[in-house]
Amino acid sequence: MALDTIDAAAKRGVLAVQEYALLSARALSDIFRRPFYRDDIYMQADIIGVGSLPIVILTGFFLGGVLALQSASTLQQFGAAAFTGQLVSFSMIKEIGPVVTALMVSGRNASGMASELGSMIVTEQIDAMRALGTDPLKKLVMPRIVATVVMLFFLVIISDAVGIAGGGFVSVFMLGQDSSQYFHTCYQSLQYPDILQGLVKPIFFGFIIATIGCFYGMKTRGGTQGVGRSTTQAVVWSSILIIATDFMISRTMIGIFGR
Amino acid sequence: MNEVGINAAPNATTSPAPSSPAAEPVVVFDDVSVGFERKPVLENISFQVRPGEMRILLGPAGVGKSVLLKLTNGLIRPDSGRIFVFGKEISAMREEDLFELRGDIGTVFQEGALFDSLTVRDNVGYRLMEEHLPEEEVTARATEALRFVELEQTLNKFPSELSGGMRRRVAIARAIVTNPKLVLYDSPTGGLDPITSTTIIELVMKQRDVSHTSSIVVTHRIQDAFVLAMHHFNPTTKQMELLPPHQIDPNTSFLMLHQGRLVFDGTTKELVHSDDPFIEEYIS
Repeated sequence: MALDTIDAAAKRGVLAVQEYALLSARALSDIFRRPFYRDDIYMQADIIGVGSLPIVILTGFFLGGVLALQSASTLQQFGAAAFTGQLVSFSMIKEIGPVVTALMVSGRNASGMASELGSMIVTEQIDAMRALGTDPLKKLVMPRIVATVVMLFFLVIISDAVGIAGGGFVSVFMLGQDSSQYFHTCYQSLQYPDILQGLVKPIFFGFIIATIGCFYGMKTRGGTQGVGRSTTQAVVWSSILIIATDFMISRTMIGIFGR
Repeated sequence: MNEVGINAAPNATTSPAPSSPAAEPVVVFDDVSVGFERKPVLENISFQVRPGEMRILLGPAGVGKSVLLKLTNGLIRPDSGRIFVFGKEISAMREEDLFELRGDIGTVFQEGALFDSLTVRDNVGYRLMEEHLPEEEVTARATEALRFVELEQTLNKFPSELSGGMRRRVAIARAIVTNPKLVLYDSPTGGLDPITSTTIIELVMKQRDVSHTSSIVVTHRIQDAFVLAMHHFNPTTKQMELLPPHQIDPNTSFLMLHQGRLVFDGTTKELVHSDDPFIEEYIS
């Protein structure tokens, strides 16, 4: 009995991975096939990118601020408080900016995608779309993937900039540090591999957010309760995958560039 | 029900009946079976729909009527058997090719399945917009289709602002806006009050008798089925009228599902005279 349960669960898991891979591959290949839903991409970019801007700015600012506070108090013990800017910019650009922005966007948009597509599934709107001759993967999934990948890239840049500014605000106005010293150390020690690492991550994270959100939305079963379940699973799995992928990208980049 | 006429009415419609036994069938099911999670839903289903013909699919709730409709437009693939639509074997077609074929099939879903974030105009004109037709043409054709269902005043409303019956009528307008050769109705009167049901049935009849479109009508309401078989739509008076005594619509015939199998495929006359205990009980 227990073996049967494990067997069934394993099969479900393998099937889910297969379905996810197929959905992602088909949606990606749709980018190169007509019709190209440009208007839908712009609309999704507005919802995902512009809509997420306030939370990204707020979280970025306070994260930069708290980083400055914490690192300054530690660095002070070694008489190295002058390096606060370097620590803030390093942390924001390489790790915290991409990961926290992706998690915020995931919480807001992976859930939104799963609930929107899930509702369309349970009310037969997806079937209606197919019956009307439209490929739902092309019309609904592909624009969300393109919009999330592109917009998350820019949201992370904004988050990094606002985070450094937040760290600067705390360093100058609360810790009494010199502003030119803070911003000088911020960029002085940065190298191209650091920037590259910070810009590669959002591309992967954006893809994860959109494909996981759409995948759970498209496989929704069981009415409104099913929609709720899909929404939760989308946020949980996209968050886990973002952090796991972050580790793998960091390891790979450190392996390649040595930093 | 036993008063149902026994002769087909050759002059029931305003123009000659377009169907003829020699014409190539619009839909062919050839020994089709399908199941979900190892449980058979439909087994060894075979039937045909000829041009201009209306097949009324009867059966108790949960017997697989909606599944059969979804098989017809390729939304579900059969486990075995072959399905032909307009002479093409859709059970062997790729999904991308099916999208094109579905342009000639109109589908009215059980609950309407209107896009709730689009206006009535955009719902009805959805397929036209996907074909990138000019906005003016989309509006004109959507208005024309809405006029057919007498709802042209709802053009700029959202589905949530309409009643259940109105949503069902908009779904019919969306299905017929491109003048499809085949229309699939999935319980078009399900969950509606008797007066609204009659309005919907009248629209289904109008599409059959005015446009001579082939159709499959899924219903579990036997009264709706017999109204369709015993009435015709008069375009002059713009109303449905009872056929003369002992006459039935020649283009309307019946299919009945029971426990996943097709237990009846025949005319109205054959249905009412069937001595199958299940059919007798169902139509009594």
